[in-house]
Amino acid sequence: MKAAVLVFPGSNREGDVAQAIELVTGRRPAMVWHGDGDFEKTDLIVVPGGFSYGDYLRCGAMAAQSPVMAEVKRRAAQGVPVLGICNGFQIVTEAGLLPGVLMRNAHLKFVCADVHLKVETSQSLFTNRYQAGQVIKVPVAHAEGNYFADAETLKRLEDRGQIAFRYCAPDGTVDGSGNPNGSINNIAGIFNETKTVMGLMPHPENATEPMFGGTDGKALFEGMVEALS
Amino acid sequence: MSKSGTSAAPVKLPNEPVITPQIVAEHGLAPDEYQRVLAIMGRTPTMVELGIFSAMWSEHCSYKSSKVWLKKLPTSAPWVIQGPGENAGVIDIGDGQAAIFKMESHNHPSYIEPYQGAATGVGGILRDVFTMGARPVANLNALRFGDPSHPKTRHLVSGVVAGIGGYGNCMGIPTVGGETNFHAAYNGNILVNAMTVGIAPTDRIFYAAAAGIGNPLVYVGSKTGRDGIHGATMSSTEFNEDSESKRPTVQVGDPFVEKLLLEACLELMATDAIVAIQDMGAAGLTSSSFEMAAKGGLGVIVELDKVPMRETGMNPYELMLSESQERMLIVLKPGREELARKIFEKWELDFAVIGHLTDTERMVLSWHGDIVGNIPIPPLVTEAPMYERPWTLTPLPAVLDAAKVPAPKDYKASLLTLMSCPDLASKAWIWHQYDHLIMGNTAIRPQDGDAALVRVPGGHKGLAMTSDCTPRYVQAHPETGGRQAVAEAWRNITAVGARPLAVTDNMNFGNPTKPEIMGQFAGAIMGMVEACTVLDFPVVSGNVSLYNETEGRPILPTPTIGAVGVIEDIAKAVGSRLTKAGLALVLIGETRGWLGQSLYLRELCGREEGAPPPVDLAVERRNGDFVRGQIVGGRIAACHDLSDGGLLVGLAEMCLAGGTGVTMKLPAGAGAPHGFLYGEDQGRYLAAADDGIALLAAAAAAGVPASLLGYAGGQALVVEGLVNLPLAELRAVHEAWLPTYMNSAA
Repeated sequence: MKAAVLVFPGSNREGDVAQAIELVTGRRPAMVWHGDGDFEKTDLIVVPGGFSYGDYLRCGAMAAQSPVMAEVKRRAAQGVPVLGICNGFQIVTEAGLLPGVLMRNAHLKFVCADVHLKVETSQSLFTNRYQAGQVIKVPVAHAEGNYFADAETLKRLEDRGQIAFRYCAPDGTVDGSGNPNGSINNIAGIFNETKTVMGLMPHPENATEPMFGGTDGKALFEGMVEALS
Repeated sequence: MSKSGTSAAPVKLPNEPVITPQIVAEHGLAPDEYQRVLAIMGRTPTMVELGIFSAMWSEHCSYKSSKVWLKKLPTSAPWVIQGPGENAGVIDIGDGQAAIFKMESHNHPSYIEPYQGAATGVGGILRDVFTMGARPVANLNALRFGDPSHPKTRHLVSGVVAGIGGYGNCMGIPTVGGETNFHAAYNGNILVNAMTVGIAPTDRIFYAAAAGIGNPLVYVGSKTGRDGIHGATMSSTEFNEDSESKRPTVQVGDPFVEKLLLEACLELMATDAIVAIQDMGAAGLTSSSFEMAAKGGLGVIVELDKVPMRETGMNPYELMLSESQERMLIVLKPGREELARKIFEKWELDFAVIGHLTDTERMVLSWHGDIVGNIPIPPLVTEAPMYERPWTLTPLPAVLDAAKVPAPKDYKASLLTLMSCPDLASKAWIWHQYDHLIMGNTAIRPQDGDAALVRVPGGHKGLAMTSDCTPRYVQAHPETGGRQAVAEAWRNITAVGARPLAVTDNMNFGNPTKPEIMGQFAGAIMGMVEACTVLDFPVVSGNVSLYNETEGRPILPTPTIGAVGVIEDIAKAVGSRLTKAGLALVLIGETRGWLGQSLYLRELCGREEGAPPPVDLAVERRNGDFVRGQIVGGRIAACHDLSDGGLLVGLAEMCLAGGTGVTMKLPAGAGAPHGFLYGEDQGRYLAAADDGIALLAAAAAAGVPASLLGYAGGQALVVEGLVNLPLAELRAVHEAWLPTYMNSAA
């Protein structure tokens, strides 16, 4: 699997996700600068976490207008898989690749903590190494992860199985206790209609080694390798 | 180099005021200090020159009251690459890698404007570290707030924590550790001490000493505005009720720009273009240009009109004294300007050649072709005021007779009181606002071990780091307190299995012109000198913050010790989490039941008195070396040093961190139970081991006192005959205090 990781001014988890990809593929992904609208062809495009453009204006709003994102939109339309993590989720949402919006956390504070996620489906190139209903533990680190979509959009997402992950309690119960940011329907990650674009707030890249946050996030990268190699 | 060699008097600027005694006083210069200025200059200085003397001779920049004492600290060891005097200290951690670190205060700004004050404190210490070529890998912070019931405390906690998080999170540097205390002595003067640790190759370390006559002086980063003018001077005076009117002297941070500056600087550092580099911190362009030239034994000409400016109408005085953030000054090799310019333009940062080095040993400031300042550099350093201020040592208080300290009527209730008191309650509300996981190298998270532990990228080594001080001990007896702060930092590094290597000290004290305050400083240094010497724990960097007083009331003397250690194989490190039933709990070290200055005494008896627990450094070293050896040898599964609150608090923390209970009983000869359980005797560890008997035998062989207390298991903390406390109940009160406090109305 050849992967590209985008780098915007203010990106800061690009190294973390590159490290996770290298761990499962044995090779370093290409790092693509935001001004580069013509980067090499890859099997996967990752939009990483961070504070692109300082999160000024609105998280992800400025990065969504960069030359590289115009190219990402073109390739996504051709079916090239795109994974947006945290700020990357905000960016692909702002770019219109995914519906809805990430608002300020309900408690108004930044939160960095392990959360539990319920895997909603294994039927995607991102989640094929998980079982539907499986509970995994990965961290979040954000101030604007409170997913919102209007009722109609939300119904469509739910009906078409476009929810990837939901925040839950350690036993898998989906209720307010496991929700770190007030996200509607406990949504932690979603797909586009073709399930070739996934955005999520949690950081599976920070849960790939036993001593450093556990390994529950590793299967996400392994699954992509399996699907895309 | 035509006009730069002259000592000609500068031209007068329009609106240049006449220097009056009042203007001199407003610049924080004493009359005799101003006489020195006149003697050095041979004439009346211009305003910008006066401003430069004021900044350079401020307590903050010159260390004039503290230098005679700081010189006594041990600063060398075979692994020390750079001791105090540079932007940060540098130690060799093996494999061609160096750890670069420092701690610095931002106390006064954080009290006046908590978010920006704390944020720019983090920004400043990050720059100190990456200026030297290191990529920062971890942040820590030591915070001291006033009494929770004080009307300003909640607002200050909220702003400081948000500011630290706001800056560090955006920079993408994990904030992995720290400490937070509350005491009424900080009501009007909180402490915000921020520490950064970075990693660099040992052969790619950058220093501030300028070299190469004619080499260009380059300004990079943010534009210069009018913020923070006189920050260094403001930090060098006491507070009064008008201090909040000094809000405009607080800088405003932009972590996004600093992130770009970090990446751009590291990119430039990977080339061979840099001769010297220095961040613009306190006293901005003044101190950075001065220090670079002074360290290189050179002169410098600065063309101030070429400085990128944020506002129109700025004058030389403002440009030289602004403390606008996210700026660096670089001396480049000749001909590398375009290479450097391209890098900074890629990162969308300002880049300007603003002068060059000369052989005159003078700082010459020009403004649209006119010379507006002309100061000889060496005398400003050599003739700087240095004071041996009168000092009176604090006498050792009488030792408190433990028998006269009442035992609790209900041990369970007493433990709940302690575990929910502001100093011991969980600080999760704070550290969950800090990204402590970014970079993917955090092995021991906050609350999971005595020191934070971070993997060194590219290998199996781990860096352990901690920040420690027990101000109430220092207040009671500064020598003991200074010794204890160093010993506790050493112990915390040891308790995860790492080898303690070096210290950064952040000395926070009151007004040094008062002999009893200067005596606190002197006493603390004496204790630190002893401890650093016996423990082979040199001081490699530091910062002094004096005049921490409001309306004449000083803070508790707070010499915060930041420390770094290394473990060769990070997989052998242990945290303090008790995760497995059946582990034996072994107390290592001697317990005499020392209740003087203990939290038990303060929180349950309402008394702050007695001598603090003595620190026997030889015993400290023996016990610590033993524990570290057992951890690295795989014979200890979890370990916790015993400090604030004593044995029972330490045990409770281990249970909560790992979610496993314990049943223990008092060993024979334990003495009074409340002394044994809550005494704060030093040099002690609580170790959990699969084979407790083997650990006891090893301790006996090493001549280290050790006793088996009990075994892990169940979901309650049980001290036979005294306490039976379900962990859920303990956790509820331990975790509730801070969020409840922060969420309650003022």
